[in-house]
Amino acid sequence: MSERIRNAFKKSNAFIGFLTCGDPSVKKSLEFAERLIEGGIDLLEIGIPFSDPIAEGEVIQKANIRALSAGTRVEDSFTLAKEIRVRSGIPLVFLTYLNPVFAYGYDAFFKRCKDCGVDGVIIPDMPFEEQGEALPFADRHGADIISLVAPTSKRRVCEIAAKARGFLYVVSSMGVTGMRKEISTDLKSIISEAKRVTDIPIAVGFGISSKEQAREISELADGVIIGSAIVKIIEKYGEDAGKYLYEFAREVSEEIKTRI
Amino acid sequence: MNKGRFGIFGGQYIPETLMNEVKTLEEAYCHYKNEKAFTDELNALLREYAGRPSLLYFAKRMTDDIGGAKVYLKREDLNHTGSHKINNVLGQVLLAKRMGKTRVIAETGAGQHGVATATAAALLGLECEIFMGREDTERQALNVYRMELLGAKVNTVTSGTMTLKDAVNEAMREWVSRVRDTHYVLGSVMGPHPFPTIVRDFQSVISAEARKQILEREGRLPYAVVACVGGGSNAMGMFYNFIDDKEVRLIGCEAAGEGINTERHAATIAKGKIGVFHGMKSYFCQDEYGQISPVYSISAGLDYPGIGPEHARLYETGRAEYVPVTDGEAVGAFEYLARTEGIICAIESAHAVAHVRKIAGSIPKSESVIICLSGRGDKDVVAIARYRGRNIDE
Repeated sequence: MSERIRNAFKKSNAFIGFLTCGDPSVKKSLEFAERLIEGGIDLLEIGIPFSDPIAEGEVIQKANIRALSAGTRVEDSFTLAKEIRVRSGIPLVFLTYLNPVFAYGYDAFFKRCKDCGVDGVIIPDMPFEEQGEALPFADRHGADIISLVAPTSKRRVCEIAAKARGFLYVVSSMGVTGMRKEISTDLKSIISEAKRVTDIPIAVGFGISSKEQAREISELADGVIIGSAIVKIIEKYGEDAGKYLYEFAREVSEEIKTRI
Repeated sequence: MNKGRFGIFGGQYIPETLMNEVKTLEEAYCHYKNEKAFTDELNALLREYAGRPSLLYFAKRMTDDIGGAKVYLKREDLNHTGSHKINNVLGQVLLAKRMGKTRVIAETGAGQHGVATATAAALLGLECEIFMGREDTERQALNVYRMELLGAKVNTVTSGTMTLKDAVNEAMREWVSRVRDTHYVLGSVMGPHPFPTIVRDFQSVISAEARKQILEREGRLPYAVVACVGGGSNAMGMFYNFIDDKEVRLIGCEAAGEGINTERHAATIAKGKIGVFHGMKSYFCQDEYGQISPVYSISAGLDYPGIGPEHARLYETGRAEYVPVTDGEAVGAFEYLARTEGIICAIESAHAVAHVRKIAGSIPKSESVIICLSGRGDKDVVAIARYRGRNIDE
């Protein structure tokens, strides 16, 4: 299990930020990642752009299109990770659909993850039951495949949590990624159920956009994941998004961390 | 490797939010497919409402014209709603109702599956929403209105390539949001387990009837059965009860669009590679980086970058063969069947007709070949006219 991921949750609750590699360019992604890190995120999720991101809402779908239209390739995500790794010890996790990984070859993909300092991989279309084909390769190269649990998981929560690695990703709401005003799921019971069977940190994502929501979630979970709200800033300000990303990250991270 | 596999193909590559739902669906299906009240109700609907069994028609003029094997047409175009799609839809919507769902959603390409789903939902009293790519709502405007007449809401999908693939993406996104009250009526033998099995079972009525009918007519099995393949539901239905008859060739006809040596085709077996998409491991048209390729066919129903996992398995084991058929060949066959037999078939089905035109002449006259005529072609006449350079106002 990744040392860097574990450490990210040690000192306080963790703020996990997301951006899509290559939106609007790989060079800008590096700059934006640096601004987010300066602003206080504790773990960075890098989205590898995919032609058909079925678990994403409109905001991240559009980011995928922008990145692919700019010619971003899987290799660019590795390059980006490597560049960030040179500058920072922050844990890095890829968010990718399975087909690009499958096309790259599991062994080659996870080896490359190791070479570039990527600590884990989230694959939204590879549920727990289908992890078997990739796990041996992830293990061999020391990457954590991050498992997700959802409001519909019910009895699966314990089963999945017991074998989860890195951190457990709790999907806060039904549906795809995107900003929501309210999160109505009974997160408390999902989290306490998971906590009974695992010691690894638990982070909540999907639908969290404001610092108020982030604070609320951080009362319950070890980590808060924000994706669409960050991508929305990039969508709005494009190449000039850096300073807004820094401000957003700083505000949210203050909310999350002053709690302790 | 878990259940729901055809060799290495198939599986359940879907978001966690849907996992319990597909498991519940599998349990419900396993229960109801053996429950007499359910099968009685379904069989009654197929008979009284959909008009089954469908005819096995001997195409005498086509046979005489080609001068080889006897050509038979399995007339799925004569079913209520005009295609084989009704077979699957009646089964799934009935199942959804038994599961306590109040709402169904579906993707559609040509609109045939959408129309069939809207029809079954109207008949069985469920709310219905259809997802259809904008390119398809434009080339199949008549079917959009038909669905609306049937009380369905049609959502125009503007993401991605705005065709069938994107309609599936959007239907899946919708299902993830409303899984509690909604059943996703997948229209082909694709997607996560148990869909490829459920859809194949409901469509296998085609070959169950055809096998019996041809034995009655010819006293022997056919030389080959031929069907068009997008996701592959009519082909799977046409093949299924012949799989164990090793002497019967199973031939699937893929959409080669403007040709498999161009970039504008949807020939998954000819040009695709193994990958994982839309819940299944199978063959997909994709680039070297695993991005799903935009595909093209004149036929909206075959305009899909993947193929069902059981087809992938039949291909891999050599039990079935898959051949590409171009737009031009399909349009030619569409016109040919109209002139020769007085049957205007769907442009999808015309791909199978085109291939039989190519091969029947070299098969002995004592043999027979069955084409699955999966749908009727009223929906296609405007597009065919356009292809021939004539603009008709609908």
